[in-house]
Amino acid sequence: MKLYQRSEFIIGAVLLTAMVVIGTINPAFWNLENIFNLLRSNIVIGIMAMGVLVVMISGGIDVSFPAFAVTGMYVTVKLMNAVGLQGVFLPILCSITIGALLGLINAFFVSKFKMIPLIVTLGTGGMVRGFLLGVIGTSMININKMPKELIEFSKLQIFAGVNPDGTKFGLTALILVYVLVAVGVHWLLKYTMLGRSIYALGGDESSAERAGFNLTKIKYFIYCFAGALAGLAGILHSSMIWLANPRDMMGLEMDVIAAVVLGGASIFGGKGSVLGTVLGVFMLIMVKNSLIIMHVETTWQRVVVGLIVILATALTAYRDRKQNI
Amino acid sequence: MAKDFLTLKNIHKYFSGVHALDDLSISIKEGEIHCLAGENGSGKSTLIKVISGIYSPDGGEIWIDGKQRHPLTPMEAIDLGVQVIYQDFSLFGNLTVAENLAINTNLRQRKKLVNWKQVRQTAKEAMDRLQIDIDLDAEVATLPVAQKQLIAIARALMFNAKLIIMDEPTTALTGKEVQVLFDIVRQIQAKGIAVLFVSHKMREMQEISHRITVIRNGAKVAEGPISDFDEKKLTFHMTGQEIETEHYHFKADPADTPRLELKNWSTGLLKDVNLSVHKKEVVGITGLLGSGRTDLALSLFGMSESTGGTVSIDGEVVDLSTIQNAIDNGVAYVPEDRLTEGLFLTQSINRNIQAATYDRFKKGMILDTAGAKAAAEEMIDVLSVATPNGENPVNTLSGGNQQRVVIAKWLLTNAKILIMNGPTVGVDVGSKSEIHAKARSLAQEEDMAVVMISDDILELVQNCNRIIVMHRGEVVKEIPSEAADENEINALLKELV
Repeated sequence: MKLYQRSEFIIGAVLLTAMVVIGTINPAFWNLENIFNLLRSNIVIGIMAMGVLVVMISGGIDVSFPAFAVTGMYVTVKLMNAVGLQGVFLPILCSITIGALLGLINAFFVSKFKMIPLIVTLGTGGMVRGFLLGVIGTSMININKMPKELIEFSKLQIFAGVNPDGTKFGLTALILVYVLVAVGVHWLLKYTMLGRSIYALGGDESSAERAGFNLTKIKYFIYCFAGALAGLAGILHSSMIWLANPRDMMGLEMDVIAAVVLGGASIFGGKGSVLGTVLGVFMLIMVKNSLIIMHVETTWQRVVVGLIVILATALTAYRDRKQNI
Repeated sequence: MAKDFLTLKNIHKYFSGVHALDDLSISIKEGEIHCLAGENGSGKSTLIKVISGIYSPDGGEIWIDGKQRHPLTPMEAIDLGVQVIYQDFSLFGNLTVAENLAINTNLRQRKKLVNWKQVRQTAKEAMDRLQIDIDLDAEVATLPVAQKQLIAIARALMFNAKLIIMDEPTTALTGKEVQVLFDIVRQIQAKGIAVLFVSHKMREMQEISHRITVIRNGAKVAEGPISDFDEKKLTFHMTGQEIETEHYHFKADPADTPRLELKNWSTGLLKDVNLSVHKKEVVGITGLLGSGRTDLALSLFGMSESTGGTVSIDGEVVDLSTIQNAIDNGVAYVPEDRLTEGLFLTQSINRNIQAATYDRFKKGMILDTAGAKAAAEEMIDVLSVATPNGENPVNTLSGGNQQRVVIAKWLLTNAKILIMNGPTVGVDVGSKSEIHAKARSLAQEEDMAVVMISDDILELVQNCNRIIVMHRGEVVKEIPSEAADENEINALLKELV
């Protein structure tokens, strides 16, 4: 396909145009500090989006991941305080494992009973969050009780600068985790048979079966992987805001799905790329950020995100239908 | 004399009591083109699945390449060189041509990683083997059907194939594309690869195959070299009955007001079509794909926007811009793809028949279920739909019976104009003649104007009193039934490109 016809190119062009427009209206947009802040906001949504992208390419959808992320994060932080789970690496691993195990439930119902992923994940999402609040706890763990290691972890910077007025700013090192995940998922999707089998599954399930792909195994991987990334995003999130709130991330699934669809992934499966998703995430964060700068109320921000989901889906659906004639 | 590549001996297969394959024996020689003929439901698909190892037979022996294979697994069948090309080709529309060609090879070599250079290399070799050239980077979904089929064939040839099974390969192809396919089949055969050509189109079987096996109700009823068979004999073996067809002759009185009259009717595809159909007429419309014949039907049923001209029904100009308007004005449309467009497959037969007429069965706000049921059952009777119970879902019926359900639905609407698009696509020979008889009697006895759109010229010649040939959105020729000759019309169609 020609370069200018690729969805990544189109998203990139739209993104660039939007940046120029926003930058013209508000020159402060181009401040390094603002850009760093934007990038920082990309990390959590971006990592989750990678999981949702993989699910969506396979022809499924996941709305349970915010619940998984919060559960992984909250349980891990509680464990750190209760049994003295040490360091940063082990807690991250712990949160990832919790997410992956929860993803197992999705995978089981989707592959064993051939249930519609939307219904399964809607159900597991609600159940897991209810279980978290009912059994694990409802109280926030704020900065006083937040494990010091996590707080210190979020203070690592890969670039530091000083504003003209003397205040300091920097780019958090956690962005490297996002970059690593994105590169990893890109490699997985593009250069492994597992990745290609996910595209094949999303393209035509019965053909994939006839070709000899082990669909059960693939589906287990997909939903566990999405869960694992949610767990990772969850713990990074609490580390960055110095707070573990079990009621956090309510309704976040819409933002993430919006970003993925914006990035050109098809809601019908079979299409989508990491580059597109990264651009989609950046675009979404940038739009939300500009709305905040323009003092638009949060309620109206929801309206805008909802609108983005619908418009972007309509566009990709139109694209896919035109191609299939 | 070539030896047998595949021999099935006395194969039996049961499905919950149904004897799907009954003592079936068949042999396919190395490098021959063998035809497997049979009606829908005769056991062709079951047989394919036995040969490819998907079903294991309940009795009998499978011999491939001189050895008995028991049990035969799908992987083993592929290793022995058996490849099936399904009707839907089993391709991935979202992936490129190159990847579609290479993905099975990679899978079979248990690769974990993808080397894109090698993928292109593999794909290139596969295409070279068939001497075809399709853009490796094109997405398969964007290609025409004929090219998809070539890709499926090229892919099948990659596994050191010795026998290629093609399941109804010509269904979606135009006449020209069928010829290209036949050239390729002969090319494959010249390499010593056997081809099992599954079909129910007699003309094609006679053109391409060397030997033929006819099965009916899961049992073999005839076999032999193709030269031993003619069309009549084949039909007899496939259906078990002699089918006689008479042409339909009817001359409308030009002084009568036509049932349906189009004046300068235009759509995006159609250009100033003038056409009138009287009651009691069966008018056939044919043309190549894209000639506008389907667009004509859709535009009369509110599914394609008109850009000019008028439609009159019984002398009155009507507005057919929505489906509801069309139904209210007495237009009925039996779509080409009845499975997705004409039926609610999992719903009951009764409900499908009632679907377009629910408005009639109401008492105030409430549905008169008893009345609706009685009406549906009467229709089942009138059209002799073969079912023990109207409450059974439609997908339990055979193709011919499903088609009758679609027609029944429209009969209930008291339609004046019946448009049938590909009325017997995927319907077996036996039901075919009954559907034809029904269409003719609807015209003759119910005073309907019937428009029959089809690729099957013979079908039109036998059933229509006039045949109209369309090309590029225009009517190019009108032929009365007395002068209609199948071969002449086919020749005319080949000239139109």
